[in-house]
Amino acid sequence: MAITRDEVLHVARLARLDLRDDEIEQLTAELGAILDAVGKVAELDLSDVPPTSHPLAVVNVLADDEPHASLDFDQALANAPAVDGPLFRVPPTV
Amino acid sequence: MEAVIDTLRLTAEDAQGLVEHKELSPAELHAAYRHAIAQRDPELHCYLRTIEEPVGEGIPIALKDVISTQGVETTAGSKILAGYVPVFDATVAERCKGAGLTLLGKTNTDEFAMGSSTENSAFGPSRNPWDPTRVPGGSGGGSAAAVSAGLAPWALGSDTGGSIKQPSALCGNVGLRPTYGTVSRYGVVAFASSLDQIGPVAKNVRDCALLYSIIAGRDPRDATTVELPEQVTLPTDERLDGLRIGVPKQVDGLTAIEPGVRAAFDQAIARARELGAEVGECDLPLSFEYGMACYYLVAPAEASSNLARYDGVRYGTRVDGSTYREMVERTRDAGFGPEPKRRIMLGTYALSAGYYDAFYGQAQRVRTLLIREHRDALDKFDIIATPTAPTVAFPIGDKAADPLAMYACDVLTIPSCLAGLPGLNVPCGLSEGLPVGLQLIGAQFGENTLFRAGHALEQAIGFDTVPTRYR
Amino acid sequence: MAAAGAWEPVIGLEIHVQLKTRTKMFCRCASGYGVGGGENTQTCPVCLGFPGALPVPNRQAIDWTIKLGLALDCEIASRAVFSRKNYFYPDLSKGYQISQYDLPFCRNGTMIVPTEHGDHRVGIVRAHLEEDAAKTVHVGGARGRIGGAEISLVDFNRGGTPLVEIVTAPDIGSSDEAKRFLQLLRQTIVELGISDAEMEKGTLRVDANVSIRPKGSTELRTRCELKNMNSFSYVARGIDAEVARQIGVWESGKELRQETFDFDGASGTLTPRRSKEEADDYRYFPEPDLVPIEPSAELIARLRAELPELPATRIRRVEQALDLEQSMVLVSGGLDRLWEATVAAGAGGKAAANVIANNLVGARVDPSAVSPGELAALISARDRIPRQAFDQAIGKLAEPGFSAAPYLADEAVSDEALLEPIVDAILAANAAQVEAYRGGKTGLLGFFVGQVMKETGGKANARAVNDLVTKKLAG
Ligand SMILES: [Mg+2]
Ligand SMILES: [Zn+2]
Repeated sequence: MAITRDEVLHVARLARLDLRDDEIEQLTAELGAILDAVGKVAELDLSDVPPTSHPLAVVNVLADDEPHASLDFDQALANAPAVDGPLFRVPPTV
Repeated sequence: MEAVIDTLRLTAEDAQGLVEHKELSPAELHAAYRHAIAQRDPELHCYLRTIEEPVGEGIPIALKDVISTQGVETTAGSKILAGYVPVFDATVAERCKGAGLTLLGKTNTDEFAMGSSTENSAFGPSRNPWDPTRVPGGSGGGSAAAVSAGLAPWALGSDTGGSIKQPSALCGNVGLRPTYGTVSRYGVVAFASSLDQIGPVAKNVRDCALLYSIIAGRDPRDATTVELPEQVTLPTDERLDGLRIGVPKQVDGLTAIEPGVRAAFDQAIARARELGAEVGECDLPLSFEYGMACYYLVAPAEASSNLARYDGVRYGTRVDGSTYREMVERTRDAGFGPEPKRRIMLGTYALSAGYYDAFYGQAQRVRTLLIREHRDALDKFDIIATPTAPTVAFPIGDKAADPLAMYACDVLTIPSCLAGLPGLNVPCGLSEGLPVGLQLIGAQFGENTLFRAGHALEQAIGFDTVPTRYR
Repeated sequence: MAAAGAWEPVIGLEIHVQLKTRTKMFCRCASGYGVGGGENTQTCPVCLGFPGALPVPNRQAIDWTIKLGLALDCEIASRAVFSRKNYFYPDLSKGYQISQYDLPFCRNGTMIVPTEHGDHRVGIVRAHLEEDAAKTVHVGGARGRIGGAEISLVDFNRGGTPLVEIVTAPDIGSSDEAKRFLQLLRQTIVELGISDAEMEKGTLRVDANVSIRPKGSTELRTRCELKNMNSFSYVARGIDAEVARQIGVWESGKELRQETFDFDGASGTLTPRRSKEEADDYRYFPEPDLVPIEPSAELIARLRAELPELPATRIRRVEQALDLEQSMVLVSGGLDRLWEATVAAGAGGKAAANVIANNLVGARVDPSAVSPGELAALISARDRIPRQAFDQAIGKLAEPGFSAAPYLADEAVSDEALLEPIVDAILAANAAQVEAYRGGKTGLLGFFVGQVMKETGGKANARAVNDLVTKKLAG
């Protein structure tokens, strides 16, 4: 199961990783080998087996619509790399 | 200066007794561990940071650095979280505080708990107290090594595919990965949500059970937790009469298991028979054949999504850029180490358009089969027993260049994690002078059975948990 | 209408409704923006996406989503699942939005929109529950537009508020029909008490998918998406503008490109959005931090029992007495119940509709606080009592204990003997206008009537004045 360099670049874009050239090269090789190994799951015919997304067979875990105290805004922003008053600051989105 | 208290041998239960009988003050206890840390941690690097001034009046505890601690930096072993100081406690940290436990420090981990050797920590590897040229296992190598080296009476770890059980095996202590849903994940830096569980690492099974009783139970802040169906009981039995133990017949054919590990495991099984257990053969063909493949699709897929929040906006380190997107891409490239990147890439790929059905979707169906297979085996047996890790602790650097070789360290611990079942590591001997671990897998919510079996075997085996070089 | 001639529009709508729960969807921070303190004060580790924080769903939001689904005649899932929709944006604190994918709460519904040609059925493909994004403000740009912003600022107060997303089938054939559908949907939502559903405040948001095809054909051509329309009229105008544009493209022999536009209602212009660098690939998968929801039969029965009568049924009933347009106005304005009661209390159907839809709404009278009996009495006396008295009474209708009696006693002056001297005086004082009127400027009639009404302090009967003035001017 080979993964192409273009696929690696596409996935890196989806995952927002600005990979260096050497990283791309290494990941193309490593992911190829790993996908070979995990691609094993395709050997099985599982068309009539339901998927499990959770090992716990519990349903309807909900909370009542009762407010709890929120954080103070200085706590909300305490770890922010950049702020502007009470707001998180980021570079322009476009 | 020689410490008054031998932290290498002191169990949490004994320490509690000493404090209760006023033979020792909590401050003296804390100081003794601080002293041990000062002596041995520069070599072992179990801790990423320690607490100078203890808060609380009880038994000390170390927490893996994936567990959020209010006011104490929590990095999950990653550069991207360097300097991050949570404004809230994880539920398990809160419960430890509530039980009077005093935080000693935060222990080293593979970055985002991804790894089997602690070499993936952005802050350097931890070392195995039995042989500092070797790894302590991972991802919870810091917690396991700390308990083993007397740098904490007990600790909490997190286990996704073996990160409590495997380092406990490699460091020679007792570690429990609880049934999925019995311990709150709230405030624990997520790796793979449907697999992550928090559990105790201790010197013996009773301590392990005691710590489990403190952290377990439903948390309204974690929708995937449930109330324990029965109370935790501290084990006292020395016999295993009537206990049915199944050994998967696939263990025989697994060539990755080192001879020394196999010998110690066989001996432990023989001991179980002597104690009155009925030992038989069980069958887990799909688990052995497809468990790894299933895990390395499910876990990275969930991880790729869980690690999307590290974008440099609300916390953590940021590498600036002229646009939001550029900032995010640079931050993530600089902030994540090679293993998280590998898994983010793998998981993103497995979930992406055109590949979901063949990879993630198929893995979820395999997971169904693994759950059924374990349920069938545990209908016939109370416990499934295997070695915990196929090898003893390996030299630092040995597998660092080969991701697949590293992933293979967890071949025996992974299947039951996928099935959400509890697993206990109990040290069962030495091979080449290094600890070998016995893995006991229980039915869902079968922790008490594991404690009972582990305790009886522990008594019979008489493993000395103090690393030979410290005796 | 743009859809003239050989083309017909094919329109599907995507509607987001912000639920008015007390707390957010997955944490217990107080919900709703503009409430409480300043920016980032309604936040917690969960809605800020702090490491390790976990979501717990809001029971009320789920109940309301199911209730809305029932009102839209949807099938309610026996097992509903939350999924993660993965993408990066600064207003998304976790790098994914918790939404629903293959197992939404509601599916396969219908909303009936009454038309002149019978009932038009708009299919509801699905209605699902998700969390809202935070609010990003773009500042520092030279021209104040997003593209020129130098920084973006994020306030997470709105982040995590519950949203229901409703997706219709492409069953809507004109901008008018779209508007009518939206009016009825909005009224349904308001009557369910689950949202204020106000487009101006962003608690109701509408996107439209528009394509066109040769009239009578069943083919599906490339569709474009319209966003950012903040009133029903803008939705209609946006659709018209887009349909006209598409007709132009196809008729010039070009191929239509799939695009997304922002519609600026004020200027009526469509602005294409910057296309994304890669195709959307949201990598949906079941949210592993949550467990499935299986609504019980008892819950569904209870919610169903709480549903109000549907608008389409009510429109058809009202239409027995009025025309469709008037019925639509009454029902979509939530006025039909008062109208029915007022008619039952003796008022004429058309007169009651006029007074309720115009005078009451104009005076911002709360229809639910009005006594139908008093209103009926007032309407019956409308032609008899002074205009001023009538307007005053309308303004006080919603006051507790309002009685129409004092206003009814006040008779308007229609006695010609009393009015004639006043009319003569007015005409004499405005000789130039009288000459102009007689020269053909008949629009001046209102001027003379108005002068007389003013002179009598509003106590004259308008019709009587009208008749008298006309007679005098003719003579
Ligand atoms: Mg949506
Ligand atoms: Zn919140």
